[in-house]
Amino acid sequence: MSARHRRLLTTTVAVVGAAALVTGCTGNTPEASESGSGSGGNNAASSNDDPGDTVVIGFSAPAADHGWMAQITAAAQAEADRYEDIDLRVAEGTNDVSAQIAQVETFINDGVDAIVLLPFDGDAMTPIALEAMQAGIPVINVDREFSDPNAARVTVLGDNYGMGISAGQYICSELGDQPDAVVAEVAGIDSLPLTQERSQGFADALAECGLDVDNRVAAEFTVESGEEVTANLLQAAPQIDAIWNHDDDQGIGVLAAITNAGRDEFFMVGGAGSANAMRSIQAGDSVLQATVIYPASQAADGVRLARLLAQDKGLSDLTDVEVPRQITLSAPVVTADNVDQYIDSAFES
Amino acid sequence: MSTPTTQAPPATGTAPRRGTGGSFLSGSVGRNAGLVIALVILCVVGVVTAGDRFASTDNLITILRLAAVTGVVSIGMTFVIIGGGIDLSVGALVALSSVWATTLATQALADDIHWIVMVGTALLVGGLAGLVNGVVIAYGKLVAFIATLAMLVAARGLAEILANRRTQTVKNDGFLDFFTASPLGLPALVWIFALVAVVGWVLLNRTTFGRRTFAVGGNAEAARLAGIRVQRHTVALYVLSGITCGIAAVMLMARTTTGSSTHGTLLELDAIAAVVIGGTLLIGGRGTIVGTVLGVLIFTSLSNVFTLNNISSSAQAVAKGVIIVLAVLLQQRVAAGRKQRRSPASTPPTAADGAPAGASPGVPAP
Repeated sequence: MSARHRRLLTTTVAVVGAAALVTGCTGNTPEASESGSGSGGNNAASSNDDPGDTVVIGFSAPAADHGWMAQITAAAQAEADRYEDIDLRVAEGTNDVSAQIAQVETFINDGVDAIVLLPFDGDAMTPIALEAMQAGIPVINVDREFSDPNAARVTVLGDNYGMGISAGQYICSELGDQPDAVVAEVAGIDSLPLTQERSQGFADALAECGLDVDNRVAAEFTVESGEEVTANLLQAAPQIDAIWNHDDDQGIGVLAAITNAGRDEFFMVGGAGSANAMRSIQAGDSVLQATVIYPASQAADGVRLARLLAQDKGLSDLTDVEVPRQITLSAPVVTADNVDQYIDSAFES
Repeated sequence: MSTPTTQAPPATGTAPRRGTGGSFLSGSVGRNAGLVIALVILCVVGVVTAGDRFASTDNLITILRLAAVTGVVSIGMTFVIIGGGIDLSVGALVALSSVWATTLATQALADDIHWIVMVGTALLVGGLAGLVNGVVIAYGKLVAFIATLAMLVAARGLAEILANRRTQTVKNDGFLDFFTASPLGLPALVWIFALVAVVGWVLLNRTTFGRRTFAVGGNAEAARLAGIRVQRHTVALYVLSGITCGIAAVMLMARTTTGSSTHGTLLELDAIAAVVIGGTLLIGGRGTIVGTVLGVLIFTSLSNVFTLNNISSSAQAVAKGVIIVLAVLLQQRVAAGRKQRRSPASTPPTAADGAPAGASPGVPAP
């Protein structure tokens, strides 16, 4: 996991900002296309969007057991529907690794042109992905990385460390002039590497402006656990200036606990970017002031990249002939000022 | 097979005595005192380490409110376990009830009529699912562990289908206002918990239903010979547990303002842990409501004290594990002592024909 972490760090530095390029790979207006990805409406300007040979893409992802994951598959499907030359074969979402391996085997036997794979467990899916690559089928690895770089032609990653950085920098910009400000953190499941990366980024960014995390609790990405740990957290810290909550799904519970306790002396930053949270930010009726996006459009990006690969095209906004090896999506901060740009592509929790 | 039959009437005769007296006053008063001492130690630690932040009315209310949901489910679980069964499906039933009570259709109906419709839906769904559990166990003769494990998986799946894996927000203001109010300074959730605990205590210790529960759990075959309709009683216990799940679902809907298929995840383990800590025997036949309530409070206070001291969730998990092991060790010693005293009558009732399989699944052969 530490190797994976290190790699994530380097790629973060190397390819931050590539998100705009990816989603807008065929357009002149990356900003607009970002909000439009998944729901259509790109302004195509290059020949990349012109119909080519029909491409059969196999798609496999974990079970859509929460809003973000449901949006992953929905966005991928929606993206495929926009291109008449994509034939997307969506396997039933599963959290069973052996079932997912069987799905990839089926794709290989069917001789699909490319596979977009969001593995339930990156390590466990690496051998079968290698097999697909050796069979000449490019694999696009989404979100959870394989343990072997040869197992994927392209890797599209969200930026968990960057989420922490974005949240930390936003809180710094709001509280930077108060060195003794109290900052609290409601993390997700602590044993997951993604939670550790988010917390690390958050701590690093806060340290830049002389702040630190005074109180930290960990929930389980569910509404109920969010409410429970936050109720205790609010007791632990009688006075808070800012809270970062890692996940907007559990954020509903976090907000309920805050309302129950009648507290409003602080502001809160969310994570992941659910439509609920964005509507709240838009309305400005709660302590939720901003949220940090973990894009649910990554699989949709994967589908588009798969199409380009199968049709021997490159990213039209890059000079390079080939599609890049690895793309790390940006983790922008959404506030009342720019929420309109993002709310259309947000997921319903 | 003649031994258990001839010995059965005296064994049943002892059951009511254990039921009325043993539950609160005689045998287990020492163990309840032990729990109180544990809770007091926990509070002292809280006061020493967190000072005013722990010893405040607000914090006390926070602890009670957090204990309420697990507490209500644990009361139902206490009945099931005393009756010799186990209910692994409680967390999933809470999820299913909360989702069913917050669907657009239910909420629209609630807007038209009264928010009580949502409460009724949750209780009905919980009760019906409990009925299925009970029928499958008592008449289908499935082992309770397996039957409720199946319900755990199925109910959560059904909840996901109903909710389409989305979190459903409670929009009814009347519902939220009622359940987030604080009559006499205590949150409504705490009142509900107290009410359920008191009703549970009376039901277990002051009614025929309670005495029969002890009898069925202590020795199902003996209970049958004594004229108790064991199968029907087993069904009733699971329905009771299901209804407490419905109540807990309503409380969770009020607490989080949502219904979700992720509600109550691992709640069954929290409830079973609280019941076991509270001194109820997993093999059935003995247990107390007071002990269960204390068990729930100990767990909730533990989380609270740890969070007040900003201690990591991993350390909390370790502490909980240690406490469970200590409690079960203690329980085994007591159980061993009890078995030695009544060894002639301890032939497993499951061996006898006619005993419902689920009524005494955990009776060990030695």
